[in-house]
Amino acid sequence: MNTSVNIAGIDFKNPVMTASGTFGSGKEYSEFVDLNRLGGVVVKGVASKEWLGNPVPRIAETYGGMLNAVGLQNPGVDVFIEEDIPFLRKYDTKIIVNIAGKTVDEYVEVAEKLQDADIDMIELNISCPNVKEGGVAFGTDPKMAEYVTSQVKKHSKQPLIVKLSPNVTDITEIARAVEAGGADCVSLINTLLGMKIDIYKRRPVLANRVGGFSGPAIKPVAVRMVNQVYNSIKLPIIGLGGICNGEDAIEFILAGATGVAVGTANFMNPRTTVEVIEGIERYMESMGVKDVGELIGGVE
Amino acid sequence: MCQDNFRDKEEAEIISNVEIADNVYRMVIRQEEIAVNAKAGQFINVYCKAESRILPRPISICEVDRDKGLVTIVYMIVGMGTKEFSDLDSGDRIEVLGPLGNGFKIKECDESIIVGGGVGAPPLLELVKNLPGKKRVFLGFRSGSFLTKEFEKYAEVHVATDDGSVGEKGNVVQLMEKVGVKGNMIYSCGPKPMLAAVKDMAERLEVDAQISLEERMGCGIGACVGCICKIKADNELGYVHKKVCKDGPVFDAKEVIF
Repeated sequence: MNTSVNIAGIDFKNPVMTASGTFGSGKEYSEFVDLNRLGGVVVKGVASKEWLGNPVPRIAETYGGMLNAVGLQNPGVDVFIEEDIPFLRKYDTKIIVNIAGKTVDEYVEVAEKLQDADIDMIELNISCPNVKEGGVAFGTDPKMAEYVTSQVKKHSKQPLIVKLSPNVTDITEIARAVEAGGADCVSLINTLLGMKIDIYKRRPVLANRVGGFSGPAIKPVAVRMVNQVYNSIKLPIIGLGGICNGEDAIEFILAGATGVAVGTANFMNPRTTVEVIEGIERYMESMGVKDVGELIGGVE
Repeated sequence: MCQDNFRDKEEAEIISNVEIADNVYRMVIRQEEIAVNAKAGQFINVYCKAESRILPRPISICEVDRDKGLVTIVYMIVGMGTKEFSDLDSGDRIEVLGPLGNGFKIKECDESIIVGGGVGAPPLLELVKNLPGKKRVFLGFRSGSFLTKEFEKYAEVHVATDDGSVGEKGNVVQLMEKVGVKGNMIYSCGPKPMLAAVKDMAERLEVDAQISLEERMGCGIGACVGCICKIKADNELGYVHKKVCKDGPVFDAKEVIF
């Protein structure tokens, strides 16, 4: 049975990676899962310098999901390069660095600093709903999305993934724009913008008022969008949004994803990533699938 | 596939689960590894059975019995998850992960002051059991009280309630001022305003204090960065955001900015 996939020239031992922001930089999960088993680790978003993020409460549970408004708290790319890359490199897994910025220059600065870092891919985060400038502003306007993609692509050495926001009228329009901008891969979906209200206090639960909705409840939206994007661009897709087990991952692969990422489910069970890998293998075995590649976009 | 060297959620048997005050429950579970490894001030993630409730509930460890492999938690019903826990019976099973976070650092000293407020009191019980020297416990509640008898087994206990239904009327800090406190270390857990007052008091008395913070958590293991607090730092802002679940929940009071 072959579970390996190639995404933009990078070989992954299996399609399963982590969703940025749900797995720290891997260290937090290394006591729960053997990171060597993962196809890749997509680390928490890093910016050119330290970001403090939003005030608390940053987290709220909702039915079958959760809202977060962390606001991309991170120590900055220099600390990341110094501390997190050496840790992750001890493991046989691909390292994908999610980069954040408030301006095009800031994104470019991070990509430049990562040029000589020992990492495998860069994921451009133009879809975080929790930062006021940059982030999602770039991800909801096709022209801006294309422009920031092309600028970061120009200044990065590693293959570039662009992470797409679902908070748009037509996600295929943005997907085509980043393809034109030179992206090597797209990942989708980032979180859906949501809100929860404490009816007794008559106040939003999150200090940021609104936050990104994630978890099993969003899966049908994500599968639909992956399939739409699969049918409209040629780039490989990393699918994510509510994946909790192998069956969920297969659904994304059949919709058109080459890779899949586990996000919020890591909070539900710190061993989810490995269980998803095992679930994919069980499905392939029971269905007589010899190569996971046969399944990509296999929905009729 | 075998992952013997890695930590995992464990299923634990519920030995008992009883209401000890209004909406406050004491649950005893059998989970040997947690019982053996837990330190006072650490917590466990407790997982709901309802699939709609996806996040673990972080609940502090109240007591452990290493010989019998038992872990006691005390929790208040604050939402659907804790309501679900309260409906469980002895013999039922529940998924838990732990111990998590850093506990209190036990300081060898002559006299310790322990200050608990409401459901902040339970994690102090295991601490009081293990503290050397003289210890005085101050507990504050809104109305009524719980666990005071358990604390009395190990220490001198003073109680205050907002409505005067048990002990002195007023808050626990007022009670401490009235009784007069001296000692070498303060250990505290409770609501933020109480902890802020304890921090002020510690500074006035020039006594070190360890305080256990609470914040809304996502994962409980330091990954989601949901539960941060402000900790003093030598940078432009004068503080950094640290994770309550992983860097805490116990912090040196001097470092915490409320």
